[in-house]
Amino acid sequence: MARAALMDFDEALERFEPVIGLEVHVELNTKTKMFSSAPNPAHAEFHGAEPNTLVAPVDLGLPGSLPVVNGTAVRYSISLGLALGCSIAESSRFARKNYFYPDLAKNYQISQYDEPIAYEGSVEVELENGRVFQVAIERAHMEEDAGKLTHVGGATGRIQGAEYSLVDYNRAGVPLVEIVTKPIVGAGADAPALARAYVATIRDIVLALGVSEARMERGNLRCDANVSLRPRGQEQFGTRTETKNVNSMRSIERAVRYEIQRQAAILADGGTITQETRHWHEDTGTTSPGRPKSDADDYRYFPEPDLLPVVPDPALIEELRAALPEPPAARRRRLKGEWGFTDLDFQGVVNAGLLAEVAATVAAGATPAAARKWWTGELTRIANARGEDPAALAEPAQVAELAALVDEGVLTDRLARQVLEGVIAGEGSPREIVDARGLAVVSDDGALVAAIDQALAAQPDVLAKIRDGKVQAAGAVIGAVMKAMQGKADAARVRELVLERASGGEG
Amino acid sequence: MSDLIRLSAAELGERLAAREVTSVEATRAHLDRIAAVDGAVHAFLHVDAERALDTAAEIDRRRHIGEELGPLAGVPIAIKDVLVTKGMPTTSGSRILEGWVPPYDATPVRKVRDAGMVPLGKTNMDEFAMGSSTEHSAYGATHNPWDLDRIPGGSGGGSAASVAAFEAPLALGSDTGGSIRQPAHVTGTVGVKPTYGGVSRYGSIALASSLDQIGPVSRTVLDSALLHDVIAGFDPHDATSIPDPWPSMAEAVRRADVSGLRIGVVKELDSDGFQAGVRQRFHEALELLEQHGAEIVEVSAPNFEYSIAAYYLILPAEASSNLAKFDSVRFGLRVTPEGGGTVEQVMSATREAGFGPEVKRRIILGTYALSAGYYDAYYGSAQKVRTLVQRDFDAAFAKVDVLATPTAPTTAFKLGEKLDDPLAMYLNDVATIPANLAGVPGISVPAGLAPEDGLPVGIQFLAPAREDARLYNVGGALEALLLDRWGGPILAQAPDLSTHELMATEEGVV
Repeated sequence: MARAALMDFDEALERFEPVIGLEVHVELNTKTKMFSSAPNPAHAEFHGAEPNTLVAPVDLGLPGSLPVVNGTAVRYSISLGLALGCSIAESSRFARKNYFYPDLAKNYQISQYDEPIAYEGSVEVELENGRVFQVAIERAHMEEDAGKLTHVGGATGRIQGAEYSLVDYNRAGVPLVEIVTKPIVGAGADAPALARAYVATIRDIVLALGVSEARMERGNLRCDANVSLRPRGQEQFGTRTETKNVNSMRSIERAVRYEIQRQAAILADGGTITQETRHWHEDTGTTSPGRPKSDADDYRYFPEPDLLPVVPDPALIEELRAALPEPPAARRRRLKGEWGFTDLDFQGVVNAGLLAEVAATVAAGATPAAARKWWTGELTRIANARGEDPAALAEPAQVAELAALVDEGVLTDRLARQVLEGVIAGEGSPREIVDARGLAVVSDDGALVAAIDQALAAQPDVLAKIRDGKVQAAGAVIGAVMKAMQGKADAARVRELVLERASGGEG
Repeated sequence: MSDLIRLSAAELGERLAAREVTSVEATRAHLDRIAAVDGAVHAFLHVDAERALDTAAEIDRRRHIGEELGPLAGVPIAIKDVLVTKGMPTTSGSRILEGWVPPYDATPVRKVRDAGMVPLGKTNMDEFAMGSSTEHSAYGATHNPWDLDRIPGGSGGGSAASVAAFEAPLALGSDTGGSIRQPAHVTGTVGVKPTYGGVSRYGSIALASSLDQIGPVSRTVLDSALLHDVIAGFDPHDATSIPDPWPSMAEAVRRADVSGLRIGVVKELDSDGFQAGVRQRFHEALELLEQHGAEIVEVSAPNFEYSIAAYYLILPAEASSNLAKFDSVRFGLRVTPEGGGTVEQVMSATREAGFGPEVKRRIILGTYALSAGYYDAYYGSAQKVRTLVQRDFDAAFAKVDVLATPTAPTTAFKLGEKLDDPLAMYLNDVATIPANLAGVPGISVPAGLAPEDGLPVGIQFLAPAREDARLYNVGGALEALLLDRWGGPILAQAPDLSTHELMATEEGVV
């Protein structure tokens, strides 16, 4: 495949205005599927099951089988709709989207068409550079996921050149909420970063709601990015492309950026954009054409006769509204004020994806400064060295306990780092590790005095030097005492005792 | 002919309960009858004699140890092949499902098993229940026991014929536009389409989801009521099933009384378009009911005349989607083009070979009706007509308790007579379709034989949704009055189907 010509990004932005539209599919983590009682592989407990083991007759489209709506999925969808600032439809309806494809057991997908459960919302999205956008949501609707095809025998793992394909219907019928934005205009050069930050915000929202595992690498969260360009000053939108299933935050930003550069090169050359779906290639950082798509695609939608309309009780909607977590942007503003961080320090925590950990650590009793220091410092260093996520290493409560031990004077920073190693190794709570490893600071003056006397005896001229006003001579004795105490002494206290001794006379 | 097969299901149930007969004896008697006559009638696509006898023996054992059993325990039953049966082949009359053995039971089948009934096998039907004669079965037509040259009705001709030919005392059917009631009309049997949502559709291979309903087929009104009581009720597997409890239909038959009952005659369905003998028996039945206290009122349902047009848009639209799953990927027939092919080519070849002409006709119609740009004109308009038909029913039921119509325009026509004229075939269901469009219940009860051809005629009663018991009341009352008049059941007048007679007719048919 010939590599597409790209225009320099800055030049592209000078000449064209990008318009983006994002479709995010969220797999809900209900125990069972959207329309059957089969276990849901998007629930943490059932992830990674053997192919075709999580299936009921409905998921295989067996003759005679009928769908039944999962009530929990409806509640999750309402909560999500509310968290997106949407109105919830008094009555919404499922429809059949008809098309033949082997991963679609019934050869129709049960989705929502003209009557989605949630519509007309808005989400506040903040970029790393501090710009804030209100992204308008057109709709959020419920539907079922399709099965998964594995193409065997070709070089690329794609259907082209494959000898045969295997179908796994475990994913068929997984509950999905598809969130569709209105066209986003005005982001300019920030469009790629906005696309990324928008998806990150959706992830924050679904995690705060607890309605999805939201792991992009598992497909719990998938994004299709629509991109079009229009010449600066033109009212009418250009022809769009839809880049499918971009499966990491970073890729979303790259894919939008790539499409802007690719389309700009074509348009600048007098060419036209083909309306089509495009595939994102992680390895090359490029997109390639999929099937042509037109608005005239005929899915022969009609109301799903096997299901009744979804008419949620208004009391339930209010109950779910009252239980909504704080919106991510508002929460960030509140925490920043409460913690008193500088812009730089706060953004550092946010960009490291450690906001939830720091907040939980503060909630467990640590000072915001200590919580930030541990998470962005030592824990991040170790996590980076191990290629892991800092959040996976320790619990916020453990970090708070560690900070408390330092505050109480039980641990020095150096000792605390040793205790943290124990925590990461799973040896128990910080206090248990202090006891087990005997790592507490020695606060018994008697033991310290004995060590000081021993050190002074080895360096008899030190006391005289101190008395002569050469206080810095105490350093040698402090060093020797710290060494003798294996670091478990508070150096400041040792210094005090040495100076006391010098001023005490006789010697 | 063994006496056991002549008993009604209710009578057989009583004899079983009194231990005058065993279920194994009753089951064997019916299996023997099937062996003797089904070569000519062809009501069954599959008979599982071994499993039926095992089931019967198990019921006998349970009765022997004193277990409390229901009124139909040990009674054999035939099951329309539209219902999936665990471990028993299920084809819905189509080549595309040949050899498929479902891994689960349809809810009505499970309920029948739970009631201790003995499934004998699966009955023949028009392919995917599309037809009014059973001639569209991929496995050959069923023959009417009254005249083997004639159709047994459809799509449930197999179930009706099995009951009329004494091969089973009871059968399960499905009714999308008359597939239970019209076969009952032409075979001198009883058939009931319950209120939509009254019986679970789970495990019924969908033709048109918003119209399909499972119901009983029998020789007496009480037998249908007893079976109705077994299969009705809420099913969490069917979102359209009604959660409320139902009154006993059997009780409604036993207390049948039409005094003061207001019966509305739909004037648009009492016209010249109906065979003279059909209309004659219809009016005689109404007179009889009137003599016994019913009040006969003429009502109008002006939108009924658009029912067939609306039905033949809604049904194909839903069917075109419901039948999309038959693609060879997971079950059923798979036809691979010579030299292999892509999955689309395999799907296409399979559907080309696996579906019959009527099925293809309706898939094409339905696909067209749902297409962008045509949806509003076809499917949308049809749904509006549906609402108007429902309003006609509402208006009528504001005046009367039940409606009465002839069940179908003619008595059984000859096999092959309308096979090449789909429109003529579709007109068979003119009187039965409105009930499906509105979701209301209907019953067809034998009203006698048409004087001009000596063939059975049915009368249909319709009731408001959820008022199925009214049908059993009026049906039970009429049946009792007619039995008095005739001096016995109408099927006593049917041919004996002795082997000699069958041989002769068989030659005539082919």
